[in-house]
Amino acid sequence: MSSSNLSSMRRSAGLDLLGSELTVLFRRRRTWAMLVAIALIPVLLAVAVRLSSETLSPGDGPPFLDRVTQNGLFVAFTAMIVAIPLFLPLTIGVVAGDTIAGEAGQGTLRYLLVAPAGRVRLLLVKYAGVAVFCLAATLTLAVAGTLIGAALFPVGPVTLLSGDVISVPESLMRSGLISLYVTVSLLGFAAIGLFISTLTDVPVGAMAATVVVSVVVQILDVLPQLSWLHPWLFSHYWLGFADLLRQPMDLSSFGDNALLQLGYIAVFGALAYGRFSTKDILS
Amino acid sequence: MTATTSALDLAIESRGLTKRFGEQIAVNEIDLAVPRGSVFGFLGPNGSGKTTSIRMLLGLTQASSGQISVLGQSMPDSLHDVLPRVGALVEGPAFYPFLSGAANLRRLDTADRNASSRTRGDRVEQALARVGLTHAAGKKVAAYSLGMKQRLGIANALLQPRELLVLDEPTNGLDPQGTREVRSLVRSLAAKGTTVFVSSHLLAEVEQMCTHAAVMSGGNLVAQGTLADLRHVGQTKVRVRTPDAAAAAAVLTHLGLTPVQSDVPGQDPWVSAPLPRETSVGLTGQPEAIVTALVSGGVRVRGFLIEESSLEERFVALTGEGFDVLQ
Repeated sequence: MSSSNLSSMRRSAGLDLLGSELTVLFRRRRTWAMLVAIALIPVLLAVAVRLSSETLSPGDGPPFLDRVTQNGLFVAFTAMIVAIPLFLPLTIGVVAGDTIAGEAGQGTLRYLLVAPAGRVRLLLVKYAGVAVFCLAATLTLAVAGTLIGAALFPVGPVTLLSGDVISVPESLMRSGLISLYVTVSLLGFAAIGLFISTLTDVPVGAMAATVVVSVVVQILDVLPQLSWLHPWLFSHYWLGFADLLRQPMDLSSFGDNALLQLGYIAVFGALAYGRFSTKDILS
Repeated sequence: MTATTSALDLAIESRGLTKRFGEQIAVNEIDLAVPRGSVFGFLGPNGSGKTTSIRMLLGLTQASSGQISVLGQSMPDSLHDVLPRVGALVEGPAFYPFLSGAANLRRLDTADRNASSRTRGDRVEQALARVGLTHAAGKKVAAYSLGMKQRLGIANALLQPRELLVLDEPTNGLDPQGTREVRSLVRSLAAKGTTVFVSSHLLAEVEQMCTHAAVMSGGNLVAQGTLADLRHVGQTKVRVRTPDAAAAAAVLTHLGLTPVQSDVPGQDPWVSAPLPRETSVGLTGQPEAIVTALVSGGVRVRGFLIEESSLEERFVALTGEGFDVLQ
């Protein structure tokens, strides 16, 4: 076949590759095991609260926990708060750390590049895959939390932090918004994972390093001596979604958070590009 | 040598191609010239720089210095135009173990943005059929044997009609049956005009399917040309089977040759001597003249052979014997 024939063929914009990336991601048992583990968080939480006879006084345990017995819709919010610091970063570290290093370790990276996938295109598709996983993880938390809450506890209009009361459908909408907020919060961290993944051919190393970064940053975030640094840490707004539980909704922290995450994506995206575009593929 | 061939006729051309890893020189200023339409054997012992060269040709690694042109276009600058026309098997097959063979091919096909999604299913099916994997198409690759993975790797290279195929050790892990199939597959592709660049450390393989060859040793390109050229450089030998070994040796020495006697237990000994390429003084150089001289010298000739040097002898002469891999 001549080159003119080939170039006249339809050039797909990369959606095929993204589709295939998501297929590969969600056909892995590992991905489903992580999503099931995420879904177990609200289930365990709700069952523990249901079985215990003690009534919690406000302020005991994680935020919102004391409200769970009155309204099952709070299970999802509580589970979100419990999962954000450790469990979500852990699963995202696994997926983001695996992006390039996993393909390299397996040897498929050379075949993708010889196809040719294009290095920039491959990076973008890999990052999009991680972003989809972030959304899938937070939605899993929200949906599992809402379902188990509705199954074990009464469900009714929700009293917000501001004292206002919203209907059940509106509270479900807020749940969705909170999932989006948390997904966006995690995108900067995902970009760091992508960058680390371009540094090595050993996926486990990239995953571990990515998770360590999230732990270190959260430790820095609680040291008062470093308070000047706090607004710049990617984990700074991780628990800030409570602002969406006020009436009227306070969207300023959502905006600040999105801007901060965008900064991280730009910096670590550029680093990943700088590293990967000239990398010698020796695996 | 094809140094005079114009660049348009070359599927792969490199000039002064070099790759250094720190202090170590893996590939040292090689000038490859692979004519279009040829089946080109890329020979060399393990660690001689074959795979490193292939990685540079395909844009996987950057050359430390030198130029590469593949299918008439400079690499890696024109990578996106060139690679869709090139099928490759690089350093063994690699696949997603949790996907089936067919799913793996579909996955790698989506990476090529020229590949039409409409024809993908058909092309995957045809490629699998070509390497005899139709029955295992739905099986997970984790359950494949090494030979099956190798076939799947070749199928991946055949997903599109290609102008150039780069096959790095394509018969690795295949049984004799599979080796033969690969050989006939390469021949049928070459017959349709595809240039095939095969790297191998197996001489017999190259001798059986290639028209051209190049030999790597310690990062250097030590020989390159048509198979006939490469063989021609080697020595032709005359071998005489006779019970009168001493007399035969004397006659051959008289003719200006340097005979060596080798005894075969229970049989007549062989006396062999390398034939000088050019006719030397006192000898017509014709083998029949040697037979005449032997017979008139009273030697009972029971066997007479002219042995062309094999590529193997040439290969060993170029790259050294045994396991002492040049570094």
